[in-house]
Amino acid sequence: MQTVKMVVTGPFSSGKTQFIQTVSEIDVVATERKISSESERIKETTTVAMDFGRITVDDDLVLYLFGTPGQKRFDFMWEILSEGMLGFVVMVDSSRPETFREARRILETFRAYAPTPYVVTANKQDLPDAWDPSDMRIALRLAPEVKLLPCVATDKESVKNSLLELLYSILERMDP
Amino acid sequence: MALKGNLRDFSFSQLLNLISLAKKTGTLEVHGLDKDALLSFKGGKLIYAQNSRADNGLGAILARTNKLTDKQYQVIKDRAENIGDKELGLMLINSNYVTQDEILVSLKQEFVSTANDLFTWAEGIFQFENNIKPSPDKISLLISLENIIIEGSRQLQEKERLEDEIPSLDMALRFTENPGTNIRNVNLSVKEWRVVSFINPKNAMRQIARTTKLTEFEFRRIVYSLIQAGLVEIIRPEGSKPSSPKVSTLPVESTDDQKSLVNRLITRIRSL
Repeated sequence: MQTVKMVVTGPFSSGKTQFIQTVSEIDVVATERKISSESERIKETTTVAMDFGRITVDDDLVLYLFGTPGQKRFDFMWEILSEGMLGFVVMVDSSRPETFREARRILETFRAYAPTPYVVTANKQDLPDAWDPSDMRIALRLAPEVKLLPCVATDKESVKNSLLELLYSILERMDP
Repeated sequence: MALKGNLRDFSFSQLLNLISLAKKTGTLEVHGLDKDALLSFKGGKLIYAQNSRADNGLGAILARTNKLTDKQYQVIKDRAENIGDKELGLMLINSNYVTQDEILVSLKQEFVSTANDLFTWAEGIFQFENNIKPSPDKISLLISLENIIIEGSRQLQEKERLEDEIPSLDMALRFTENPGTNIRNVNLSVKEWRVVSFINPKNAMRQIARTTKLTEFEFRRIVYSLIQAGLVEIIRPEGSKPSSPKVSTLPVESTDDQKSLVNRLITRIRSL
């Protein structure tokens, strides 16, 4: 059995766990705990080690999706999770511009860990306060060639589109 | 009893706060990974500081603060090597090279700079010995620690913010392809120009920092301002990118097999 993995990363509460849950064929093996920090108490629980989803491709191939912990104090896990990944998705909450700087930091850190392809998703596009992806591109200082994809992590088609765009980027990288 | 520990466990700002509140008199030695520093205090105030990175003699300090020319400093170094700072200071004042105020301002600047640098040390073995004074030939000042603690903490916050923005110096820089911007029309300092002159996708930022002899903090500060101005962007250094991600990420060897595997993934995800 061959296995490959992709990493889903992003700031705290950007929707990583939901993204994986939406397409995983198994219940996501989540390692969530109640949030201890008052400043980050915008939801009840958060991922402390990793989320873990699976998509069986065929008898011989399985894709694993790993979600990184969003809180900064767990960022020692990132390097471990990024080892051997096929590519990564950086999720950004479009309605919380205060997290954009953290998203950039995470993106730069992962780029430094591994030269694998990546896409950035502008998640929670269904919320009334969501920023337009073109404004987010400027705010996140993304180069024109970086794919920034509108996304709603609860919507399967939207998540599928993000994963497919990442796979297309991986294919393009293989062409000399 | 000596006060001993590691900055990793007891930060420099906590240490200064303790010295200030307890109005301690003595000398603090800090041994970092690649540098050392020594600071002396009297009644909870900083009176002297030196570090292992530079010549701590009065002549060198006055040259660094542009109160003496390099030529004057060289003459002093050649002819007055064995003269203490106090005696040298008197000679320079009497011969109208510098005023007393200029000496005191330069020394204060140097001591505060040495203390500020310590705020950025992540670790270092420290030891405070009560009642140890600086060498009698050194000129002592009396500097309150409150402002140093506030300024140092501010710098530490800036350092952390810069590390958030530029987490790895192993990446490279390239000029942005913004047709409206011409770097020649931007007002840059000498240090900024030095950095700009080495910007090239082949040069990792760490190499540029080393070549330009800037500390990581100074270097990050410059790069951050260039990024904010939209002049440069961070990229992976040329030559470090593998031809394909097959070696570490895909369980098959040949490019055709890899493409086939990715296509299987695409087909499966489309069918979800």
